[in-house]
Amino acid sequence: MDKIRVEHLNFYYGDFCALADVSMSIGERQITALIGPSGCGKSTFLRCLNRMNDTIPGARAEGRVLLDGQDIYAPNTDVVALRRRVGMVFQRPNPFPQSVFDNVAFGPRVLGLHRHANLHEIVEQSLRGAVLWDEVKDNLRQDALSLSLGQQQRLCIARAIAVRPEVILMDEPCSALDPIATLEIEELMQQLKEHYTIVIVTHNMQQAARVSDYTGFFWLGKLVEFNETNIIFTRPAEQLTEDYITGRAG
Amino acid sequence: MTRETFDRELQRLQDEMLALGSIVEETLGESVNTLKRRDLEASSRLIERDRYINERRFQIESDALILIATQQPMAGDLRIIAAIIEIVAELERIGDYAKGIATINVRIGHQPLIKPLIDIPLMAQKACSMLHRALDSFVRRDVELARSIPAEDDEVDALYNQVYRELMTYIIADPRHIEQANHLLWVAHNLERAADRTINICERVVFTVTGQLAELNRGEEEKETGIESLH
Repeated sequence: MDKIRVEHLNFYYGDFCALADVSMSIGERQITALIGPSGCGKSTFLRCLNRMNDTIPGARAEGRVLLDGQDIYAPNTDVVALRRRVGMVFQRPNPFPQSVFDNVAFGPRVLGLHRHANLHEIVEQSLRGAVLWDEVKDNLRQDALSLSLGQQQRLCIARAIAVRPEVILMDEPCSALDPIATLEIEELMQQLKEHYTIVIVTHNMQQAARVSDYTGFFWLGKLVEFNETNIIFTRPAEQLTEDYITGRAG
Repeated sequence: MTRETFDRELQRLQDEMLALGSIVEETLGESVNTLKRRDLEASSRLIERDRYINERRFQIESDALILIATQQPMAGDLRIIAAIIEIVAELERIGDYAKGIATINVRIGHQPLIKPLIDIPLMAQKACSMLHRALDSFVRRDVELARSIPAEDDEVDALYNQVYRELMTYIIADPRHIEQANHLLWVAHNLERAADRTINICERVVFTVTGQLAELNRGEEEKETGIESLH
């Protein structure tokens, strides 16, 4: 079942067309990977899925992005509510300069979720969901910046899932991490996909091949090919995809 | 962006596989030639050669695994390497059949042959020709050629049936022929199996080019004879 349907999306930074006529269906509780060389539009596309590009002056989108059938670019869209449903994890871990607990509790407090549920429970569940609980449970008051980078990234994932999103967007979530921390995040993604729809941008093709169910290949603002990951990495239909993933174009 | 180091290694792997293919093809042909001319010494040398064929096969397989581990090949590159691993295994098996034929020549020893060898050398020629063109189709990435070879298996099967029937008449005529007739039947059987292995190689060529893993149509003969059920 489709969680997100993108229909004929164009995206411009001023006069520059960063995305041209992109259509894609993103399956619910699937991991969809977006690959392509730098500047191909994959991060722009990711940021269109929760309107993170809105804040950029001169940026505008055309076309439709349907989340559960509702166009998120419709004029009456509540962007804050949208971003609660579609959370994001960034390239470098960016914990707030607060305690582990306060980092995770941040979203629920801002959104007033803690009025409906025990804040401690939300924090524990979120940290468990991000497979960080066992490592931090004895000292939830410790400074988030005292954690290792890999732990910090899992903390950011815990912070993202604390507001009970439906979709998690990940923009190169492992590029600042060492190989072991990277594999931990990849394992975590497999657990998260039981509950969440995940879209990940990655420069690491092996990572896309390892973690995702579907892969989209972007080139010069266009979606060249979109298919099951198993097919993309063994017998892609497009020569350009073949050239890119075999390292002969890019 | 280019991948010169990787491309060079991938080419070297293919060259190694083809070199192994040439050795195996020559060994298979020679195994029957030495049987025909009753050259026991040459057969012994062919038996020795099998060890060398096996070593080269393992070396290629090992190099292929290293290339996968160190270069993370994808798509077409990955299919080439996967096909090479399969094809060298088939080549090694064909080498084993040749060794089997050479061993039979040594076992028959100095006894005279119970019959002149005519169909068996024809089978060998046919099997070698199929193997040669199967490897050629790999080099040229020629799917049509790869798909056309399996139909020739009918001729090999027909010759096998011919040899089988003929040897049965020798056995019935004189039970003292049983042992050698049985040996010669094994020779024909090995050649028939070598042709079957060649069809597997053709399937890997189709896979390398198209990404499709499918059995190629073998001849109809096999289904009709019933001899297959005796193996």
